[in-house]
Amino acid sequence: MSILINRNSRVMTQGITGKTGQFHTRMCRDYAYGKDCFVAGVNPKKAGEDFEGIPVYATVKEAKQATGATVSVIYVPPPFAAAAVDEAVDAELDLVICITEGIPVRDMLRTCYRMQGRKTRLIGPNCPGIITPDEVKIGIMPGYIHKRGRIGVVSRSGTLTYEAVAQLMEQGLGQSTCIGIGGDPVNGLKHLDVMKLFNDDDETDAVLMVGEIGGSDEEDCARWVRDNMRKPLVGFIAGLTAPPGRRMGHAGAVISGGKGTAQEKLAVLEECGIKVARNPAEMGKVLKSVL
Amino acid sequence: MKIHEYQAKNILREFGVPTPVGLACFSVDEAAEAAGKLGGNAWVVKAQIHAGGRGKGGGVKLAKSIDEVEHFAGQILGMTLVTNQTGPQGQVVRRLLVEQGLDIRKEFYIGLVLDRGRRRVCLMASSEGGMNIEEVAARSPEKIHKVFIDPLAGLGARDAEEVARKIGIAEPAVAEAAALLQGLYRAYTDTDASLVEINPLILTAGHHVLALDAKMNFDDNALFRHPDISGLRDLDEEDPAEIEASRHDLSYISLDGNIGCLVNGAGLAMATMDIIKLYGGNPANFLDVGGGATAGKVAEAFKLMLRNPNLQAILINIFGGIMKCDVIAEGVVAAALEVKLNVPLVVRLEGTNVDLGKKILAESGLPIISAGNMADAAEKAVTAAASAAKAVIKGT
Repeated sequence: MSILINRNSRVMTQGITGKTGQFHTRMCRDYAYGKDCFVAGVNPKKAGEDFEGIPVYATVKEAKQATGATVSVIYVPPPFAAAAVDEAVDAELDLVICITEGIPVRDMLRTCYRMQGRKTRLIGPNCPGIITPDEVKIGIMPGYIHKRGRIGVVSRSGTLTYEAVAQLMEQGLGQSTCIGIGGDPVNGLKHLDVMKLFNDDDETDAVLMVGEIGGSDEEDCARWVRDNMRKPLVGFIAGLTAPPGRRMGHAGAVISGGKGTAQEKLAVLEECGIKVARNPAEMGKVLKSVL
Repeated sequence: MKIHEYQAKNILREFGVPTPVGLACFSVDEAAEAAGKLGGNAWVVKAQIHAGGRGKGGGVKLAKSIDEVEHFAGQILGMTLVTNQTGPQGQVVRRLLVEQGLDIRKEFYIGLVLDRGRRRVCLMASSEGGMNIEEVAARSPEKIHKVFIDPLAGLGARDAEEVARKIGIAEPAVAEAAALLQGLYRAYTDTDASLVEINPLILTAGHHVLALDAKMNFDDNALFRHPDISGLRDLDEEDPAEIEASRHDLSYISLDGNIGCLVNGAGLAMATMDIIKLYGGNPANFLDVGGGATAGKVAEAFKLMLRNPNLQAILINIFGGIMKCDVIAEGVVAAALEVKLNVPLVVRLEGTNVDLGKKILAESGLPIISAGNMADAAEKAVTAAASAAKAVIKGT
């Protein structure tokens, strides 16, 4: 089954006419079943035109009505990105993946508040996206490093996720679905939300959770895993050497008020019975050892 | 982004938050003049640096005469203030705030921060003013009262009054304190702050409340809509290497080790620092060249690391996705030819166009130590740095 997306997903690109939107829409369309999946673009000023055969609509609602797309991927620039998510939520899409990096926290607070009780799920922002290997890729990750298999991957990072995937591949382990939930302090799906989906997915045998300093998402997830998870899980936390009070690239990767350290997170993971990879070069190896 | 106390107080006053009357000064003469203008018979001379803990470090003095104001201003201006937040190297004081002294009856703590789990701004208030709030939280968490603020409704008068009463503000001052708290919250949201901290908030003998100290940090992602706040950035308070990095749109943080790291992606950059430490080395920096870096940007990043006098080795760890390995390789070669490469260079390339990248490096003639994976790269960098350090000791 995989989670959230598969070859039957129908996807629109918000911000399809920008340089980034064009480049990645092309890459995604050319990956596996992408030609069937990527069916629409949105840009109010370019409605009626098309991007390499993909029709452009003025609004998310129109794109949904015309093509049946229920998933959206957003490459809109930061000042307008939260409003783009709002539009997708109001059009009652199933899933929105926001790639945009650099959205103000206040905008995301408001957007997440508006999303309460609505049907739309949000991945990101500031994330690489989601891929179900050999079926569909929605985001900016290099498709060719993945292969279909039975390991779920959830991560707050981009390239570190690719590293994790490459390590799985070295062990001969393909992936069911890989999700980057993003590096911002206020985001959509959290580790815990994704973990529940993997737990219920009969095509996922085990999960690799890649976390980092800041917040308490990994701890919240670990406590749920302790009582509910029916599958093996391996955790990794980046930032053991990060100095407190400094933003490590990602807006959300900061140790503040003595909270959110890697040490603390690793301790909670282990207390909850989760196998931890302490060496970032051994995520794949440790995952293989729990199968 | 951080700003100075006097700048934060200027902003807060615009939102109706009362503060002591004060003037920012850049010299001893200005300080004396300011004290004269402010009048009264007691003044507080406060060092303006971005780090907290200034009082304990000798950066805040109470003066009873204008002569004393001059004396303390002379003492503090130009001093290297070391506090628990500056690090051992301290921070040179270049600005002062001279304020009227006040008759303080009671001190409180107020803070506004984002609560990530709840996706709300959290107002924290405590009767334990003037204390380190982290210690209070650890020792007596019941003394910290929290309100999680609805982003649409804002901080209501009733919630604000309730908090004021809970921390022990006397009844005659409750309404004024509630208005102050509401002003703080409006300042927090309207300026896209990431932190507002008033430590202490004071109650005077005349039952008035004022923000005696003020700290404001801002969400870097929102600065584009606050040019006035961006203009308050004080480059003297920042690390020169980090300023240079920000000019090239690189994410860079100086650390005290000797192995420079150049990585694409923040998570992978942190993991690279971690693995260096795991193999017994010490990272000299965090450096994320980002996803869309050009060869020129990589070259700038490379030069930035080479400026560090402690540098004994460089580790480049790239997982090419959008960022192609050949682009990284071209940047590295260009930079190494431009700047004299005097430390061992370990390179680990993986991902898009990896073979092309490796070929460019091999054909450059540069003495590159290539590594097959992250662990191999870290091990080689740590060994190279250790032998480089030994060679230096032998040479001297």
